[in-house]
Amino acid sequence: MAEAKKKDILFQPIFDNNPIALQILGICSALAVTTQMTTTLTMCVALTVVLVFSNFFVSVIRSQIPSSIRIIVQMTIIASLVIVVDQFLRAYAYDISRQLSVFVGLIITNCIVMGRAEAFAMKNPPGVSFIDGLGNALGYSVVLLAVGFARELLGSGSLFGIEIMPLITEGGWYYSNGLMLLPPSAFFLIGLFIWALRAWKPEQVEEEQFKMAPNSRTSDVF
Amino acid sequence: MAANKESVGRTLLVAFLVCLVCAVVVSTAAVTLRPTQEANRVLDRQINILRAADRYERGINVQEEFDKIERRFVDIETGEYVDMPEDYDQRRASRDDDMSRRLRGDQDIASIRRQAKVAEVYLVLDDEGEVTRLILPMHGYGLWSTMYGFLSLEMDINTIAGVVFYEHGETPGLGGEIDNPRWRANWEGKQLFDDEGRVAFEIIKGSVDSGAQGAEYKVDGLSGATLTANGVTNAVRFWMGDNGFGPYLDRLRSDSAQLN
Repeated sequence: MAEAKKKDILFQPIFDNNPIALQILGICSALAVTTQMTTTLTMCVALTVVLVFSNFFVSVIRSQIPSSIRIIVQMTIIASLVIVVDQFLRAYAYDISRQLSVFVGLIITNCIVMGRAEAFAMKNPPGVSFIDGLGNALGYSVVLLAVGFARELLGSGSLFGIEIMPLITEGGWYYSNGLMLLPPSAFFLIGLFIWALRAWKPEQVEEEQFKMAPNSRTSDVF
Repeated sequence: MAANKESVGRTLLVAFLVCLVCAVVVSTAAVTLRPTQEANRVLDRQINILRAADRYERGINVQEEFDKIERRFVDIETGEYVDMPEDYDQRRASRDDDMSRRLRGDQDIASIRRQAKVAEVYLVLDDEGEVTRLILPMHGYGLWSTMYGFLSLEMDINTIAGVVFYEHGETPGLGGEIDNPRWRANWEGKQLFDDEGRVAFEIIKGSVDSGAQGAEYKVDGLSGATLTANGVTNAVRFWMGDNGFGPYLDRLRSDSAQLN
């Protein structure tokens, strides 16, 4: 029973309860870093590390955190983890960290990390929180990698910097789609992703907030 | 224990401990990783200087190749060589009141506001120790960001040997194409100065008609990046002009033996 539940915690955020597609969180970085697969993948790894460990550490000290300062304590833990990750990237992946620039730092304000710390890690033991962090990071990564794949392939004709479709500007045949290199294209792609996901799993479609009333006849009113 | 976890003393204690642990973790990471990061930064700069000199290929020994490049310091106003400490940083100097000067609006075509009084130059040496190329740093404001780069000149102090931008925040795919090696290759062999010694170099809109008059001063524009290209033109014009390396280049032109 407990095993089955852990599995759910790990895999549900990927398609059933995806942080980006269903909860619409963490869109900012999904727009900014997905022009290339290498930066996208690095961002996913960075977020995974931060999310997993912030969930873990918040959960470890959850019974000690006074509720009046719980948000700031979570923020402190998250911010420290982000700085450590950023320092590591600068030391061992210098080029990529320069391309990601401020967006690694902006993981601090990523709603997914805060959201999981507050919603899950504050109420659950460390082991499960760790798995929940991993699951949500996977859900985030699936969307980001899908968007990054489409953007780099259509925008630059390559994947992970390796040429797939030679560009006209490089003497090939593929005329690149400039829109794919600009942030708005990620909106369209995430929109399409959500559309496809909800066509597959219709239970994710939200109920309409307003219902159109049926045509009323005077005879009904009086 | 748990009953009084909301008390003021307890709150302060938890806040203090969390901060202490986090501070230790963050500072440990920062301090232990600093040497690696610093080495990366130096290496990146050296690679870009080699790129500007057209000496860089993937997999070469950067350090060994870089030893063939000599770094000198030039007083912007007089164009004379000056001695500076090894760790002189031109970018830091241009923020320092004493080590830089404020540019008047009409001088400041590259929108950099302040300019360091002493600039770095790099001399590319051949095996006999003769100078074969000159590498000059330049920067200027593009569309979104200050673009930092190097311009490499042949020894006629007129022909461009190469260009590279190593730091900028222009739009990827549009202005960001100033990184594109194919576009940068267009610069090679172009002339900087016209017959009267003014900087005639410019990046035009569209592509250069090679038969047209003045084609030797013009480089193809980047489609969708007119403002970035204007910024690059302005940076070149500023740094090669009278307020930039002008006096230094004049000095070299009058007597190329003064190089060393």
